[in-house]
Amino acid sequence: MSKYLVNKFLFTVDRDPDLVRRYREDPVGTVAWWETEKANELLNCTAAERSTYQRFTDAERAALAAQDHVALFEMGAHPFLTLTLFIAMFEHDHEPLGYVRAYADRMSHLSLPYPDIAT
Amino acid sequence: MAELVAVIASTHHPFYYKTSTLPESERPPFAAEWIAKIRNFRETLTKARPDVLVMVGSDHFHQLWLDNMPQFLVGKAPVYDANWYNEEREFGLPRMRLAGDEAFSRHILREGLDAGFDLAFSNELRIDHSITCPIITLRPEADLPIVPIYTNIFAPPLPRPKRFVQLGRTIRELVESMPGNQRVAVIGTGHLSLELGGPRQFGPTGPDPEFDRKAVEWIASGDIEGCLGEVTLDSLHLPGNATHGFMDFMLMMGVAGEGAKADYVETVDLFHTMEAYFTWYPKGADAP
Repeated sequence: MSKYLVNKFLFTVDRDPDLVRRYREDPVGTVAWWETEKANELLNCTAAERSTYQRFTDAERAALAAQDHVALFEMGAHPFLTLTLFIAMFEHDHEPLGYVRAYADRMSHLSLPYPDIAT
Repeated sequence: MAELVAVIASTHHPFYYKTSTLPESERPPFAAEWIAKIRNFRETLTKARPDVLVMVGSDHFHQLWLDNMPQFLVGKAPVYDANWYNEEREFGLPRMRLAGDEAFSRHILREGLDAGFDLAFSNELRIDHSITCPIITLRPEADLPIVPIYTNIFAPPLPRPKRFVQLGRTIRELVESMPGNQRVAVIGTGHLSLELGGPRQFGPTGPDPEFDRKAVEWIASGDIEGCLGEVTLDSLHLPGNATHGFMDFMLMMGVAGEGAKADYVETVDLFHTMEAYFTWYPKGADAP
């Protein structure tokens, strides 16, 4: 499990308008590129100072590539990060509140306790 | 010494700005009541005539991130730029710029450290809607210097509820020991029951109206012990997965004091959350 890295993907994409667009249009390519190029970047350091160990599990990579917010929730990705990014990508295609309610409906089979989001 | 002239606790609904700035004909049906209540709430701060605002909020993964996450952090900057691209995108919030009060921040940090809180600090902090929402609702002129204090209600492991109450009590002591004669309002924002990104989000009411009813009663009556007796890190998962933001209300109960009845209490039932507004006047409601 690398919940931290899944969150790092959601966080770094959400804050960059170009990456939001790119992930919406090409999820598989964006996840592959990000894992190769960006996953090991330390966010407050020069590019030369990189981590050496960050990689997704197969399930995490697949959930991000499929834009499967239910699977991400079940893995313990931070729900606020997922929701914010998915609203940015998809809400404009829906009636007001339509997207966020459908988002909830897709999770209606889930009950407490929710998956642990501690990283 | 500085004088604590008002203690204010509020929810921070990011859509108030958008709702209240739409042309009247385009506003949703709940807007009129909401706007009227916010205007009354704003008056409770205005009449306290503050010189400086100590603002308690929580960064929503904007500047503070999991590679370096403080539990409690004090801004110590001359200026705070405010609101972020994704808040502009999702909520229509404007970019803002607020003056800091570095001497006040320095006092909170030094004395807070000495009082047993290992406070983190930031010399360059861009604040988010947890602090700008109450500026928009309570002081839209945005003309007073602020001292921002961020808490971690977002990224576990979190401090326990009791620690938030203790920090609130300490903030009050620190405000009241600040040299000079500034009139200070302490304003903090949090949530009642709230679910974001889970199956109970955006329902017809907040996810747990019964929790909301009890929470408003605890806050309005200053029942810190009753609240601490029922609220734990584990229990806060039950009313909704973002309800740990209630701990910022508990912090504000600590500022107001055990048994301190709020001088102003108001709530608004919105479709997916209950909004709640509280003001205490430490010197009495007649002489804020």
